[in-house]
Amino acid sequence: MDSITSAASVVAAGLAVGLGSIGPGIGQGSASQGAVEGIARQPEAEGKIRGTLLLSLAFMESLTIYGLVVALVLLFANPFS
Amino acid sequence: MAPLPLALPFAALEVGHHLYWQLGHYKIHGQVFLSSWVVIAALLAVVVTGTRRLERDPRGIQNLLEFLWDYLRDIAREYIGEKAYRDWLPFIGTLFLFIFVSNWGGALIPWKVIHLPNGELGAPTSDINTTIALALLVSLAYFYAGLSRKGFRYFEYYVEPTPIMLPFKIVEDFTKPLSLSFRLFGNILADELVVAVLAFLVPLVVPLPVMFLGLFTSAIQALIFATLAAYYIGEAVHEEHH
Repeated sequence: MDSITSAASVVAAGLAVGLGSIGPGIGQGSASQGAVEGIARQPEAEGKIRGTLLLSLAFMESLTIYGLVVALVLLFANPFS
Repeated sequence: MAPLPLALPFAALEVGHHLYWQLGHYKIHGQVFLSSWVVIAALLAVVVTGTRRLERDPRGIQNLLEFLWDYLRDIAREYIGEKAYRDWLPFIGTLFLFIFVSNWGGALIPWKVIHLPNGELGAPTSDINTTIALALLVSLAYFYAGLSRKGFRYFEYYVEPTPIMLPFKIVEDFTKPLSLSFRLFGNILADELVVAVLAFLVPLVVPLPVMFLGLFTSAIQALIFATLAAYYIGEAVHEEHH
């Protein structure tokens, strides 16, 4: 692999994870906010809220993971090398 | 295999190195087969010993198995619906148990003591081929579920509520297995990578909390995979009430 390709791949891998985590971060924050408000308003529903929250957090997290998969492909299985 | 752009010695972590077995024209990843055979053997051993002598008052392994059965039945019933869930409970349950035991087995069993000539043992689900196979099974399952229950009326689902949705629903059929497989693969591989990088930087104590976080996320990922599979099947067998 020539050096310009590897440099571009490393930069792109960083950007893929970095930019890809902005949106899910905001989303997870607002989801947790909603859950905390729900628990504060209705403490007896905590178990149900927690289960749903964890599931939806994992869904949002998977968006970042897609960025990570792209980064890993660029670093370890680069198609342009 | 491309040489790594980074010259970092990744704590003997080998991404993209595999133990190749030649099977006819195909090169298969041997380490995935070895670890998934271990997982399958462990699952079979637990299930067979747990159900050999059934008692009215469950104790020990039978108790655990009944708890698991209840848990999986609740997932299947909630997402597939009262009518069809019995047909699909074995499928959902198998998916959940296989993925769960694979994820935890990859993290908990000390695979490093076994040296392979190439590649390393780990969770079978940290290989993209395993997860894509599982995701395609889910795709086949929901097509079969819809077609067998509703016949060709299943395709009405594509034009409901309006025919404008048709292209999106067709694209969805492709993105469903894609996102299912990438989500599981990425999460499990990311867990392994994070633990490996931390263990490379600080070999003692510090990786422990991340390992526990990894156990937690891998359990959640197994639950999510099973839940989504159940949801897709439920979507396919769902009857509109007019």
